[in-house]
Amino acid sequence: MNAIAAETAMMNESSVAALVTQISFRDFNFYYGKYHALKNINLDIYRGQVTAFIGPSGCGKSTLLRTMNRMYDLYPDQRASGGLLLEGMDVLDKSVDINRLRARIGMVFQKPTPFPMSIYENIAFGVKLQERLSRAQMDDRVEWALKKAALWDEVSGILNQSGMSLSGGQQQRLCIARGIAVKPEVLLLDEPTSALDPISTMRIEELIAELKEDFTIVIVTHNMQQAARISDYTAYMYLGELVEFGVTDQIFIKPGKKQTEDYITGRFG
Amino acid sequence: MADSAKRSFAAGDWVFRNLTRLFALLTLLLLAAILVSLLYGALPSLAKFGLAFLWRAEWNPPMEEFGGQVHIYGTLVTSLIALIIAVPVSFGIALFLTELSPPWLRRPLGVAIELLAGIPSIVYGMWGLLVFAPLFGQFIQPLLGATLGQLPLLGRLFQGPPMGIGLLCAGVILSIMIIPFIASVMRDVFEVTPGILKESAYAVGATTWEVVWRIVLPYTRVGVIGGIMLGLGRALGETMAVTFVIGNSDQLSDASLFSPGNSIASALANEFTEAVSPMHTASLIELGLVLFVITFIVLVISKLLLLRLAKGEGQRT
Repeated sequence: MNAIAAETAMMNESSVAALVTQISFRDFNFYYGKYHALKNINLDIYRGQVTAFIGPSGCGKSTLLRTMNRMYDLYPDQRASGGLLLEGMDVLDKSVDINRLRARIGMVFQKPTPFPMSIYENIAFGVKLQERLSRAQMDDRVEWALKKAALWDEVSGILNQSGMSLSGGQQQRLCIARGIAVKPEVLLLDEPTSALDPISTMRIEELIAELKEDFTIVIVTHNMQQAARISDYTAYMYLGELVEFGVTDQIFIKPGKKQTEDYITGRFG
Repeated sequence: MADSAKRSFAAGDWVFRNLTRLFALLTLLLLAAILVSLLYGALPSLAKFGLAFLWRAEWNPPMEEFGGQVHIYGTLVTSLIALIIAVPVSFGIALFLTELSPPWLRRPLGVAIELLAGIPSIVYGMWGLLVFAPLFGQFIQPLLGATLGQLPLLGRLFQGPPMGIGLLCAGVILSIMIIPFIASVMRDVFEVTPGILKESAYAVGATTWEVVWRIVLPYTRVGVIGGIMLGLGRALGETMAVTFVIGNSDQLSDASLFSPGNSIASALANEFTEAVSPMHTASLIELGLVLFVITFIVLVISKLLLLRLAKGEGQRT
């Protein structure tokens, strides 16, 4: 066993001791109509960690992400089966309050999607759906969320301006602020930097590192360097199957499977 | 060779640019020509009655006494009734078609709405007079009289003999006629709302209603208001259907919407060929001018409304 492998194995052990599973997939399957998009996924997402899903286009990584807040419910021909537990709660159960679930699991999309309202209202929108706050409490919450998203300094003087007036990177941080304003437990990021320039991307990556103090983060990314930089755990997916899952350093330095290695070293994908 | 090809391209460009410019200017020219000819035609009436034409209630061709109050009131009130009914109904239709309807129902319903928009207005008029108005007078008006008619102030609008035809009936027929326009425009603009934007709202825990009301509607407001204005424009200018059911009375006996009245377009259609005295013709043309101005004001108001809405959302830079 070489030194690096030994080190990662040690890291693995030391962190395993403190890990708490927040979301777990058990023999999870997903279908777009007749198309079998996710096949027997078994995966644990750990609390307070950043988990990255990587893999070539069409491998099902976004699909997997979107099952966690049941976003697929909006589309009649999409369905899931198997086990999907959030803190022991069966997410797929029909009786789950879907709006409450989505308040517990926030999401940020590929492109910035500011709502057609002011910056303040963009943040307050989701909070108002879940809680009744006084004006002062709401002000505090908006400020808290914008500070968490590292946007406060740039927008504190223009809260009444349209969210659409911000730059792309600012809009995406606004969306992150909006997602965390409702105080979710998990934050899903679906290729959050794919529409941004390198500097904005860097800011978002720094932000993710800070946010994992408070939230469990799951990120889908096309960019392998990004996954290597920001995630603690990485899942490599291919054609709807979970090929390999493990500590990020291990996956990138010494993947267990040939297929993963081929993808990571750029031999395909 | 290459040079001459370039030159002929440039010449083509020149021709094309100026041709399109000509077409665009033509609309302005037409607008101005219509305005001028209306003003010219209305001159005798304008000179005799002045601004008072707008609120004079008298319309007496033999005595050559004319005032547009009844027609202007009838035009505005029937259009307002039409909008009050049509806007919420159209919103519901568009909401159902874009967000709630099962996919197999979407197409047939959409086509049905477009077909409704294609029915000639005279058919609506005949249907209104022969089928709708009698039923309206027999069932709906007594019901309205017994309920809304009993309210303090507002009740005055819903009293009187239920004759079927009248201002309210015309308003309802108009609303049926403009619903397809407003609904299909609303559906089209709702459909162009990016899915990812709607998903973002769902992702913070919004319900379908909250997504449509708070996100889709503000996002598409320009199109929605455009659709409403299209409907209103049609309601203001609608002639045939209104003539059949409005009652064509040149005086208002009371405030009730059950009473017969008249609209500008309807009066023009009915009286233009019978107008013998120059003053009668001039007054009718002045009514046309008033309708023109009303439509213009409606357009301006809708633009101002959009500006105010944009301010409410915060300035765009």
